[in-house]
Amino acid sequence: MIRAVSSRLKSASSNSWLRPISFSQRSNFCSGVLPDGVDRSSEAFSNNSKVMQGLLSQLQSHISKVLEGGGEEAVKRNRSRNKLLPRERINRLIDPGSSFLELSQLAGHELYEDSLPSAGIITGIGPVHARLCMFVANDPTVKGGTYYPITVKKHLRAQEIAAQCRLPCIYLVDSGGAFLPKQACVFPDRDNFGRIFYNESIMSAEGIPQIALVLGSCTAGGAYIPAMADESVMVKGNGTIFLAGPPLVKAATGEVVSAEDLGGATVHCKTSGVSDYFAQDEIHALAIGRNIVKNLHMAGKQGTINQMQSSPLKYEEPLYDVQELRSIAPTDLRQSFDIRAIIARIVDGSEFDEFKKLYGTTLVTGFARIYGQPVGILGNNGILFNESALKGTHFIELCTQRNIPLIFLQNITGFMVGSRSEANGIAKSGAKMVMAVSCAKVPKITVVVGGSFGAGNYAMCGRAFSPNFMFFWPNARISVMGGAQAAGVLSQIEKSNRKKQGIEWSAEEEEAFKAKVVEAYEREGSPYYSTARLWDDGIIDPADTRRVLGLCLAASTANRAAEDTKSLLEVIVESHGGKGDLLQMVVIAGKGAEGGSNSFVIGYLQVVPSWLVSFEVMNHVLFKIEIIWEVIVPAPLVTGDSWDKLILESEVPVVVEFYASWCGPCRMVHRIIDEIATEFAGKVKCFVLDADHDLPVAENYDIKAVPVVLLFKNGEKRDSIVGTMPKEFYVAAIDKLLKS
Amino acid sequence: MASLVRRNHHDKLFGRTNRLILRFNFFSTSSPSSPNSKPIEKILVANRGEIACRIMRTAKRLGIRTVAVYSDADKDSLHVKFADEAVRIGQPPARLSYLNASSIIEAANRTGAQAIHPGYGFLSENAEFAELCENEGLTFIGPPSSAIRDMGDKSASKKIMGAAGVPLVPGYHGREQDIDLMKSEADKIGYPILIKPTHGGGGKGMRIVQGPDEFMDSFLGAKREAAASFGVDKILLEKYITRPRHIEVQRDCSLQRRHQKIIEEALAPNVIDDFRSHVGQAAVSAAKAVDYYNAGTVEFIVDTVSGKFYFMEMNTRLQVEHPVTEMVVGQDLVEWQIRVANGEPLPMSQSQVPLSGHAFEARIYAENVPKGFLPATGVLHHYHPVPVSPTVRVETGVEQGDTVSMHYDPMIAKLVAWGENRSSALIKLKDCLSKFQVAGLPTNINFLQKLADHWAFVDGKVETHLIENFKDDLFADSCSSELAKETYDTARLGASLVAACVCKAEHSALREGSSGGYFSPSMWYAYPPFRVHHNATCALELEWDNEYDSTQPMPLKLSVTYLPDGKYLIQTGDSGSSALEVSVADLGNHIFEIEVNGLRTKVSIAVYSNEKTEYIHIWNGAQHHHFRRRLGLELSDDDDSQQKPSFEKASLPAGTVVAPMAGLLARVLLKNGTKAKEGQPVLVLEAMKMEH
Repeated sequence: MIRAVSSRLKSASSNSWLRPISFSQRSNFCSGVLPDGVDRSSEAFSNNSKVMQGLLSQLQSHISKVLEGGGEEAVKRNRSRNKLLPRERINRLIDPGSSFLELSQLAGHELYEDSLPSAGIITGIGPVHARLCMFVANDPTVKGGTYYPITVKKHLRAQEIAAQCRLPCIYLVDSGGAFLPKQACVFPDRDNFGRIFYNESIMSAEGIPQIALVLGSCTAGGAYIPAMADESVMVKGNGTIFLAGPPLVKAATGEVVSAEDLGGATVHCKTSGVSDYFAQDEIHALAIGRNIVKNLHMAGKQGTINQMQSSPLKYEEPLYDVQELRSIAPTDLRQSFDIRAIIARIVDGSEFDEFKKLYGTTLVTGFARIYGQPVGILGNNGILFNESALKGTHFIELCTQRNIPLIFLQNITGFMVGSRSEANGIAKSGAKMVMAVSCAKVPKITVVVGGSFGAGNYAMCGRAFSPNFMFFWPNARISVMGGAQAAGVLSQIEKSNRKKQGIEWSAEEEEAFKAKVVEAYEREGSPYYSTARLWDDGIIDPADTRRVLGLCLAASTANRAAEDTKSLLEVIVESHGGKGDLLQMVVIAGKGAEGGSNSFVIGYLQVVPSWLVSFEVMNHVLFKIEIIWEVIVPAPLVTGDSWDKLILESEVPVVVEFYASWCGPCRMVHRIIDEIATEFAGKVKCFVLDADHDLPVAENYDIKAVPVVLLFKNGEKRDSIVGTMPKEFYVAAIDKLLKS
Repeated sequence: MASLVRRNHHDKLFGRTNRLILRFNFFSTSSPSSPNSKPIEKILVANRGEIACRIMRTAKRLGIRTVAVYSDADKDSLHVKFADEAVRIGQPPARLSYLNASSIIEAANRTGAQAIHPGYGFLSENAEFAELCENEGLTFIGPPSSAIRDMGDKSASKKIMGAAGVPLVPGYHGREQDIDLMKSEADKIGYPILIKPTHGGGGKGMRIVQGPDEFMDSFLGAKREAAASFGVDKILLEKYITRPRHIEVQRDCSLQRRHQKIIEEALAPNVIDDFRSHVGQAAVSAAKAVDYYNAGTVEFIVDTVSGKFYFMEMNTRLQVEHPVTEMVVGQDLVEWQIRVANGEPLPMSQSQVPLSGHAFEARIYAENVPKGFLPATGVLHHYHPVPVSPTVRVETGVEQGDTVSMHYDPMIAKLVAWGENRSSALIKLKDCLSKFQVAGLPTNINFLQKLADHWAFVDGKVETHLIENFKDDLFADSCSSELAKETYDTARLGASLVAACVCKAEHSALREGSSGGYFSPSMWYAYPPFRVHHNATCALELEWDNEYDSTQPMPLKLSVTYLPDGKYLIQTGDSGSSALEVSVADLGNHIFEIEVNGLRTKVSIAVYSNEKTEYIHIWNGAQHHHFRRRLGLELSDDDDSQQKPSFEKASLPAGTVVAPMAGLLARVLLKNGTKAKEGQPVLVLEAMKMEH
């Protein structure tokens, strides 16, 4: 009987990307090792390599400019105030010698008349006391750390990632607030300044820690960043928080007061209580910041968890040189190449188990691992046909079902056009894929390795489909269609317009028109244009792809696992008590850990301290279930008789579902009964019994086959539904039972 | 045994009379008054520290079981762990434990030990204790109590020697200890005067009095120190010889600071055999006069011009520096002591004693050299003595993690190096000193290195006041800007290497600590750390603790760049200094292999921290540097004053004086309300058996 519950939990919350893999990552009979797939003597190889070299040095020169911050003068001024630069601050916050994944370094690139290096705000992910955190650090050397529209966007994007990946947020605040000349684009709209505080509130409520270190000024709206944080630190002298600075105060009330007296660390830590920790200087503040993370609510469990997971994930590096990705990257988008050559340089041991290899071959799909983490990969090998789209849909659903994160390697010009294709229903097939991508609730990471055009962008998880992370290679291009095609379309329209007006259009004029369109598409399709506007999370060196994907996958999965566990754990602990030394077990049925109506009592369990301890340290959902299983089986109270009692004593009708873990149709029935449990909450009670392991009960109720659903009222069996039926059938039966 | 002679070179007030102090160490086997029928099978060592361990080592080799005694302060000490059995004998102060004769006798009886070895210091020259042993039927490994009494009381011994016709240095050795009488005696002898306790040695309780007005304070101080150290406060007076120079005759010459020896050597040049045997005979007759047996040392002062010598004193115990003798004669003196105690004949006669090579002994102390060799206390956070070999001995009573407390002598170890001749032994000594790693408290190692490197020492121009005479060479680096810059440059190099090693160590610690960590998969700690489109850097602020310029630690700002090939690019804040590209391999056990421009070296790093500061030591070749690194959390939550005084001072009321070291308040000289003049002593603090 209990086994049913455990199986049920397994199906409800087994997140396979969370599973600690204890067996060897590489199967001995692997057949999926990809071939090298690169012709190093080819012209394309050497040409790509040469062009990529140029692109990378161009990228490097842009990067080195933004790394300098707001320029020599501003940096010097910053130092004279005993302040570090934002990247230096982050360096001291993250674990020494650990990696930091900086996002959107080139945001704001050539966006405004003024240069705005990194949009005046540094964001990224790094570990603090082995816990991944999102950092949002104002750069006071760039326009005094004020918020331009793109600064707000970058701040919000960091928060979005943090919310999606459940990363604690650390705000290193040193900002003059909104950039007033552009207030119209900073202040009023939904995704403007106010959204920062909205996000902070929502994340805090969801249990994602929000920490603010006030290392400089936090004026006006900015004052809410620390004020709304869970915990905040202020630096004596440099850190100030006030709704209005001294000049405004003087103008408004005539009061003359210094910044430090108005809203310095002393005021806020001693008198107002706005801030929680007083720091003597910046180094002190950063050390306090690390301590805060150390003491976050999960911290207590970390030690034991680390002990448990003593064997780190083992993985193999790809068989081929990752540097060669620089030469594989197509610099001419018309050039065709096999996406598998890229996959072979990204995944562990270059192993790729291809799914539907022979069908819909323009989309390559398959399973692989990156740093030991199972992933499903979709890569383009040409235009998307009907079959490719259906294959992609199938694969995405499969990964979603199994909770395997998805990696999209985009090099797509779009869906196949033409009458044959339309006749085959390409629109519907494409829609299916787009729908699957939208609904896939697994971590998704998109890398544009070539072109990203048209609806192909949608199907391959473009920005609009909320991938957890999205990156561009320097050679990538993005637009609704290719420049040449657009020029063709637009000139066609123009031509016909002119024809209507009776205006002659010379060939030269048409060419000039086309060239203008091509030029605009070229400019706006550039990865710099994209990254400057935050259409992505950064441009990456192809050779860094594996590293970046690995870090992103870790960021997407690590804290989610921890949080999921927590909610289950709390349910168990909260329902403790009631019956002497018996622990009442409440397990959430089905969807998530919301508790409430769809939770139900499955029995009673003697409180065994050691069990509780072992339960506490079982971080992993699957582990946890197995522990429940082990412990509950010997529990004497749970017998066929007690089930009888539950059924007999229930004041409302009871729906009992007999389930067997090996039975496919059982799962479908199971899902239906889950939904019914929610819909009929309070009206009926739903139970699940394990037909494999609770044979006496099965015999008692004369169960010969599964699945079967029994309906009881006033302790008496009223109906039994054998096999898999549509949901309406069950609903009708229950309605009937209720009315009877 | 070997006649061990030391010559002292003096400058007398009147004229420059050259003198020698001759020291004659000998063994005698005149059978003990109550010979043991049964040889010793179990020894109680009534001592602590290195000498206790050293005695037990020999005992163990001979198959003799060992019993240690310990005070509460020593309950986890090495000598306690090393012994087969150990008995607690009292509280930390020596007079309640190691000087507590009845506890020690009781410990011997409890454990069934037949013999007691007193080591040196404590009860080693206490006749009452030797007598108590004899009465209890325990073998006292040393001379008979009567001989100790005669020789231990310096006044009495001089009287006996005087009666035997041996000329004595002018002085007062009377029984009458009345302060006024003593003062008038001192005036008679003429200043400067040396005040000495009649018992004990090791420089404790000794005072030099330059003029009559200083006499009273020095006299009382000497009395108190003598009482605390030896349990007897009798004092004698002697003419002070202002520039004694110690040269080897056959063994043992010394460099001294605070009247305690710090480097000794065995086998001295410039002593004629004739003269040696002449002195030897005198020593033997001196010993005979008191029916002496077992090991002992007789000291004479010799006027090198006239060739006359005067009886100085006799040490009726094993010398601290006995290892240098052992190294050149290839014998184990403790074994001989035990054999003599067993009533066995000496293994060889004087003429059979081989003499070979040259040996040095350097005493490594926990002390603050620039603060006038003030004894230091603290924890040995890192303690890696040099490995021992047939030519290198390390006599130590402590191990890593031990505390050097205020209760006893702050000596950490004796380092003994042997070579075919003096210069090869000196090379060995210097090498060993540079590899002797102690971190956690200040030591004199660096100073010993400088001393061993000094031309005067290398040339053998050794005298007890060498340190004072060459203090400009030995202490100051700041006087010459060129030297200061050189020192600074090596410190900066040391800091650069420290930065590389710390980054390496930090990283490997993180990887281990987080391997498979659930929250951050280990790939976040991959090496070198990942950054998007640039190399990760790490800023490191160190403060250099210059041993000889303790005025303030010098800040060094370093920036470490993690290069893609795994190397570190290290830049110091100074303009003009070039960046270093360093690769580091962690060889384990605090040792790192470093490569800079193709040059490979091994360095040792020790890191320890309290909650405020991390202390980092590096040993790189002959260089040893230490740095401090702020951990960031040390500052108080208070919003007051920028510059916080140290915690101890902050919690005390204004006008408080904090002692430079832990100690016992011995005497308050001024009454409350008295106005103190500048330079006037206010109180006397006793620490580590010395008054300050």
